[in-house]
Amino acid sequence: MIELRHIDKEVGAEDARMTILKDITFSVTEGEFIAVMGPSGSGKSTLMNIIGFLDVATRGTYHFRNKDVSTLSENQLATYRSTEIGFVFQAFNLLPKTTVYENVKMPLMYHPRRTPEKEQTALVKRMIESVGLTARTNHLSNQLSGGEKQRVAIARALINDPALILADEPTGNLDSKSGVEIMKIIERLNHEGKTVVLITHEQTVAEHANRIVHIRDGSIESDTAVKNRRSASETEQIK
Amino acid sequence: MRYTLFVKAALEALLTNGMRSFLTMLGIVIGVAAIVIIIAVGDGAQSLILNQISSFGSDIIGVLPGSSDEEGPPATAMGVTITSFTNDDVSAIRRQVHAITAITGYVNGAGSITWGNQSVDAQFSGVSAEYPTVESAELALGNFFSSNDDETLSSVAVLGWQVYKDLFGDTNPLGQNIKIKRHTFRVIGVIAERGTVAFQNQDDQILVPLRTAQKRLLGIDHVSVARMKAAPGSDLTLLSEEVRELLRERHDIGPGEEDDFTVRNIAQALDILSTVTDVLKYFLAAISALSLLVGGIGIMNIMLVTVLERTKELGLRKAVGARPLDMRIQFLAETVIISMLGGLVGLLVGILISYLIAVIARSLGYYWEFIIGLSSIGLSIVFPLIVGLVFGFYPAHKAARLRPIDALHYE
Repeated sequence: MIELRHIDKEVGAEDARMTILKDITFSVTEGEFIAVMGPSGSGKSTLMNIIGFLDVATRGTYHFRNKDVSTLSENQLATYRSTEIGFVFQAFNLLPKTTVYENVKMPLMYHPRRTPEKEQTALVKRMIESVGLTARTNHLSNQLSGGEKQRVAIARALINDPALILADEPTGNLDSKSGVEIMKIIERLNHEGKTVVLITHEQTVAEHANRIVHIRDGSIESDTAVKNRRSASETEQIK
Repeated sequence: MRYTLFVKAALEALLTNGMRSFLTMLGIVIGVAAIVIIIAVGDGAQSLILNQISSFGSDIIGVLPGSSDEEGPPATAMGVTITSFTNDDVSAIRRQVHAITAITGYVNGAGSITWGNQSVDAQFSGVSAEYPTVESAELALGNFFSSNDDETLSSVAVLGWQVYKDLFGDTNPLGQNIKIKRHTFRVIGVIAERGTVAFQNQDDQILVPLRTAQKRLLGIDHVSVARMKAAPGSDLTLLSEEVRELLRERHDIGPGEEDDFTVRNIAQALDILSTVTDVLKYFLAAISALSLLVGGIGIMNIMLVTVLERTKELGLRKAVGARPLDMRIQFLAETVIISMLGGLVGLLVGILISYLIAVIARSLGYYWEFIIGLSSIGLSIVFPLIVGLVFGFYPAHKAARLRPIDALHYE
């Protein structure tokens, strides 16, 4: 699904160039659950942005479903973001002063194919239900707890039925109980067939994945399969 | 339609910031209201002026002594006395131009009028017997003087309503003797109240036979103006030309020489006046349109701030698939909506204030039409639309050009 080859990423002007990513080569196959770990500033977020079509590499090639991403126009990239990717951010990034319903519905308006209004309503309700927030449908986003906000963000990420979920420290701003809830949902999505790339610096969170990629100073340090995968329900029992 | 959603999103964004949106559109509200009010007041004032003039009679032709070009005022209006226009000219017009149904010459003077120990200062006019027909004046009491009175230099007078009230109160004035400049006149009639016509109070006048005024009161032979009424349905321009030819002949004016008189009709005067007031009206409206420019800059300012404020939201929208064009449309929609909403509010405010002005003007006794023209409505739609598009362009461009990652990580 994802093929990165010799990806370099540099930022800054000519005289103050900084290398963020160096010679990254790695791939993700459909249905995988990959955790990317590394200290802050290691370049893991930049890597995720490149995978999620939010940023482009300075050098190297990126093939998404065998399509060379570097040949895509800005509008085509937007279409890929809309149809293929569901983003979940550490800071939730919900629209302020807006209801749960409207937040979840928002990405539908940028999808290239229009869903009829009635189906939209049903779809949004189904997504909200799938993250267990039906009772909160008409609450404003700022009236929610952190865990609830992140669940709204997940419902929003799923509304256009993307194949790939990109989660950047989704539990980073949450207490451990809410964090477990979120990991349960992400795990379930992976079981249902979504490919997941998750950034974290918590080992316990990373162990939900079937592969862990360690990044340090812009390079891949290790890329290993997880032998004893942790499941969210286990984590709960340990606590 | 996908874009209706962006319009909806724009509306929601405006509603969540209700107070700020309102303040932002205030510039447009004031600008549009100013334009609407100026045009409406212009139209109202125009209606007042035109009404005053045409109450003079739109089938009236006037002849003034002295030449003038079409645009400028006649020399007599500048205080120059010209004596070449005489009673004989007036009579000749009446006799020879058949489409003239009534004519009167005028001479004017002022002085104190006394009855017993009552005294008022008033204008007196010497006019011909056909004055009531020409000026559509009706008599409240008594009779108007006859052409015989005129020819025999009778000392008779017809009072304007105001003079009658001031001088006589409730006493019957008919048959009473009054003094004008120490000459005794017998009152034979009172003209019914007419109010102000062409900015001249018609009720504080005293009318005496033309020749009586010329010989006894003023000691002159010429008339200072003649006014005549055209037969219904006649072409005033042709008729004016006919009068002109006659007078040129009578005054021995050769080909190529300038007239020593001026023929004017109300239709011409109305035309000139409308042109002048139109120019004034649109000039003022154009000046107030400048405030729309200021309003537009205000909107642009706020929208730029909004782009900064909502950078994170814009990043999110881009992350979920919004294309640059989508962002551009959404922001343009916001500025256009805010601007056009301002235009609408401005139009309503303008209409309301114009209406109040009309009500006040009428309560003060002026003839004042309350007109909101299609041009006002059109302007308050088109101007804000243009302002919104022009001043929304830059903020929308900035929003469209934001790079999604920069936007997402913006704090």
